[in-house]
Amino acid sequence: MTLTAATDFVAAESARGRGGGGPAPTRIVVAYGFWIFLLSDFVLFSGLFAAYAVLRHETAGGPTGAELFNLRNVFIETMCLLLSSYTCGLGALSAERRRPERFFVFAALTFVLGAAFLAIEAREFAGMVGKGAGPGRSAFLSSFFTLVGTHGVHVTGGLVFLAYMVAQVLVKGLRPPVLRRLLCFSLFWHALDIIWVGVFTLVYLIGDFH
Amino acid sequence: MLGRLTWAAIPFDQPLPLYAMGVVLLVILAVLAIVTVRGWWPYLWREWLTSVDHKRIGVMYVALGLVMLLRGYSDAIMMRSQQAIAVGSAQGYLPPDHYDQIFSAHGTIMIFLVAMPLVIGLMNFAVPLQLGVRDVAFPVMNSISFWLTAAGALLINVSLVIGNFARTGWMAYPPLSELAFSPDVGVDYYLWSLQISGVGTLMTGINFVTTILKLRCPGMTYMRMPVFCWTALAASMLIVAAFPVLTATFAMLLLDRYLGMHFFTNDAGGNQMMYVNLFWAWGHPEVYILILPCFGVFSEVAATFSGKGLFSYRSMVWATLGICVLSFMVWLHHFFTMGAGANVNAFFGIMSAIIAVPTGAKVFNWLFTLFRGRIVFRTPVLFLIGFMVTFVIGGLTGVLLAVPPVDFVLHNSTFLVAHFHNVIIGGVVFGALAGYNYWFPKAFGFTLHDGWGKASFWCWLIGFYLAFMPLYVLGLMGMTRRLEHIPDASWQPLLLVAEVGALVIFLGILCQIIQLYASIRTRAARRDLTGDPWNGRTLEWSTPSPPPAYNFAVLPRVETIDAFAEIKRRGVAAAPEPAYEPIEMPRNSPTGFILSFFAVVLGFAAIWHIWWIVILCALAMAVTVMAFGWSDFRHHEISPGEIARLERARLAGLPS
Amino acid sequence: MLNPQGPIATAERLLLFNATAIMLVVVVPVILATLGFAWWYRASNPRAGRVADEGYEGRIEFVVWSIPALIVILLGGVIWIGSHQLDPRAPIAAKPKPLPVEVVALDWKWLFICPEQGIAAVNQLVIPVATPIEFRLTSATVMNSFFVPQLGSQIYTMGGMTTHLNLLADQPGEYPGFSANFSGDGFARMRFVAKAVAAGEFDAWVKAASQTGPVLDAAAYAQLAQPSEAVPPMTYRSVAPNLFERIIEQTTSGAAAIPRTSPHAAAGNADPGAGAAWCPPVKTGG
Repeated sequence: MTLTAATDFVAAESARGRGGGGPAPTRIVVAYGFWIFLLSDFVLFSGLFAAYAVLRHETAGGPTGAELFNLRNVFIETMCLLLSSYTCGLGALSAERRRPERFFVFAALTFVLGAAFLAIEAREFAGMVGKGAGPGRSAFLSSFFTLVGTHGVHVTGGLVFLAYMVAQVLVKGLRPPVLRRLLCFSLFWHALDIIWVGVFTLVYLIGDFH
Repeated sequence: MLGRLTWAAIPFDQPLPLYAMGVVLLVILAVLAIVTVRGWWPYLWREWLTSVDHKRIGVMYVALGLVMLLRGYSDAIMMRSQQAIAVGSAQGYLPPDHYDQIFSAHGTIMIFLVAMPLVIGLMNFAVPLQLGVRDVAFPVMNSISFWLTAAGALLINVSLVIGNFARTGWMAYPPLSELAFSPDVGVDYYLWSLQISGVGTLMTGINFVTTILKLRCPGMTYMRMPVFCWTALAASMLIVAAFPVLTATFAMLLLDRYLGMHFFTNDAGGNQMMYVNLFWAWGHPEVYILILPCFGVFSEVAATFSGKGLFSYRSMVWATLGICVLSFMVWLHHFFTMGAGANVNAFFGIMSAIIAVPTGAKVFNWLFTLFRGRIVFRTPVLFLIGFMVTFVIGGLTGVLLAVPPVDFVLHNSTFLVAHFHNVIIGGVVFGALAGYNYWFPKAFGFTLHDGWGKASFWCWLIGFYLAFMPLYVLGLMGMTRRLEHIPDASWQPLLLVAEVGALVIFLGILCQIIQLYASIRTRAARRDLTGDPWNGRTLEWSTPSPPPAYNFAVLPRVETIDAFAEIKRRGVAAAPEPAYEPIEMPRNSPTGFILSFFAVVLGFAAIWHIWWIVILCALAMAVTVMAFGWSDFRHHEISPGEIARLERARLAGLPS
Repeated sequence: MLNPQGPIATAERLLLFNATAIMLVVVVPVILATLGFAWWYRASNPRAGRVADEGYEGRIEFVVWSIPALIVILLGGVIWIGSHQLDPRAPIAAKPKPLPVEVVALDWKWLFICPEQGIAAVNQLVIPVATPIEFRLTSATVMNSFFVPQLGSQIYTMGGMTTHLNLLADQPGEYPGFSANFSGDGFARMRFVAKAVAAGEFDAWVKAASQTGPVLDAAAYAQLAQPSEAVPPMTYRSVAPNLFERIIEQTTSGAAAIPRTSPHAAAGNADPGAGAAWCPPVKTGG
């Protein structure tokens, strides 16, 4: 390589690094846009986390977290969600290798684990409401139900998204547009995991020790 | 069946709003009838309602902003009139219940449905053209954004006839906005309209961050982007970081109101100051979401009409980014009077003053851009000069309010009202109107009438000073804001001056309407055939006016900032016809229109607790999104032959 | 605030003038330069010297950033010192023993309790001159802001919370006071008079007030807490013990919540008679 060619190469590379190489391909643009969406979702959750942090001790004479939380259930719940992320990852790999049959198996596993998570959460909520510790009881419980419930709504949305993607793969096969959407689904599902880790730590673990 | 909605929701006992709405409805019906009779529906549907072209969407945003400006203005003149009349024993013509709705609606509409659409509209129109690309990253999402904003606007206006609007001020502070103190549907109209339009705005933010960071023409490195693109990037990043906070905050207030939760209530451990903190954690960045793109417009206008490059481009970029970061560290200055400690107040006061540094640097840069330039006095330049003079005064009063002890005596006074109108009218409105005059010929292929434009500028400028300088003085005299009755008769003369100012501003709006009408009438004479009526410096002026749907037949390759000025300097325009490649353009999609139709109905049903409609609409929206997500063929291809035909037709029309 | 009658208000006015003067040093030249440059470099002026493009001018850029930076450093000092000296919580250094006053914002009037004197007044604040007043403030309803411009700083009053404010009046006189934070339909008429009187006169007023007027017990308070506006000043000859604390307690427990029904029958659960008596309720407009 001559010196000029090397300089040109470096110049071209640094131009690309600073985005001088022209419009990015669709796959990059879609994934990037979805990342920005996830960031905005994190900001939304940070608002809810902040509210929970402010209102955590405002029990208004009602039950506290330590009295309500059942860590064993929450642990099982957490394991379901973490495992579902693992199976989701395996599903994404199978899809990229164009192995639809394996993708379906992993998608089904992901769906079942996600649904199990939701079922445990719903039982927890129902139990609390049954004990008179519903979201209207105190500011603490309002913020608890809203934070955890918003995550639950996201998981529900994720399950619908997953079922919809399975339908797309069934009908269309693993074509590039379908793969792009699958990529978005995976990002979404993993992001829910990250948020859950925050919920598990800040709400359940810390709440249980107080 | 219909929740809380009964015939009593319609104010049959109050003829005035009914007549007003009757007239509005007749006008709407007349327009619909004309469109139907003339057979324009297919054209409208094909070219506008389902369009995903960023230029069309930009135009629709600006049109929405201008229409809502009329609504917001009529609220303003009603307030000014009430304050001018209701002094001492006189009660004026508006009872508190009515007056309180008017100032709440005025603030809400002007911020969310006038300023935001105007700014986002200009971004939509100009950014892809300036970046030398063919569309935004997600064209259909862009259309959804616009239609959701329009949905929010529609819903707010429905509150005129069915039910009522909030009586809480545009910030809707709890506990006043809680069910205990505002049991009617007003706050619900406020919350649902802003949630719906807020989702649209968030999508715009995501779209433009992705567009600017990932879609630029070859060679357009960051430091070669036009300043307007930088400011649009900063505003979009602020949208992504700030609007979800607002969504979360409003969601909590909705939960308080609908499910009896206790986020912000007086009782059961709720914390009203949490709302105030969260609201301004969004609210202060919002100020910069509005003003930064307008700084961008002024930068383009200053450079173009001085006939030289912007002074110290790098300073401008860093100042923009600095403001972007700092804007998240000053929110507490909106409530120094909460009773926080001296250290906290001092910290936020100093942070607020620090924002004046990059802003001041920008003002100096515009000043040095004018310096030794060849200034052509077209309408946008008048707005630039008016802005520079007015904005530094607003900056001065803003820094005064950032001094906590000064704020202790001026907080919530009409001094504050004058300050933020000073920066919003002097900055955002002047910026948007400068941008409107500047890019209009690009959008429609003919220039706007300069005389009427200048007349509108002078009316806006003089009207602004007449309307708001008295309010500064009244604030110093101890007049607080939002008074529907004036206790001190000695304030009346100044309030009458302010009333005259508001009327002069109306003349400014009138001049704009005449300007538009006169320009359309004489459009044949004011055709812009070159595509470059102002001797522009950035890539949008290298396209024909109006640009073809694909913007650029061949994506430009840029090597400097002010790329088009450089191309003109080198005289590359006469290059031989290039070999065209096929262009993929996004297909039109009714997704945005359909989604926002259901969004309006959903919001309305939720306001009136008609839950079966809410569920049906939510399902319909989910199905609409899924139907869109199913399709793999969202693009159509324009063949090289077709492009060559269009380009030759354009070149044939050019004066040689 | 341009006619201050106490040390806090005077200091705040001085701060306003100083900060304005500091900034005018830059703002006036910028305005003049803007107008001057715009006029001189107009395209039709043949005498103006012009350049096509400046290169990068490091020195000018340095100046461009340092002028506002210097101003802001100066102002930063002013802000820091001012925030500490004029902190609403900071006690005022003055000879006489401070007089505590408890303030409760109600719909739409002000209740002033003098705990040491055991009396209370509505929409009338009587204070001795040259004596520091220690206010403790809360709201039994929505957020308001307690403000007597001629005496100085305002402060929010918030349900379930207590804020603190220290003020002092130099001169005898009657100073208008009001709420400076919108609180609903009666907001514009939520006004009171702060009457600063000589020490002897204050004692006489206390004595007179403690001999006339009703007793402010739980029942009288419940009556008073009902929404009303433009309430004429009145006094209570005695006050139930710890009323201020009990109001906070009531507010946080929800016991004090008095629904302010809407004048809109339209809204479902509304009471059509609750609008201002002098005018029928009118719909929103614009």
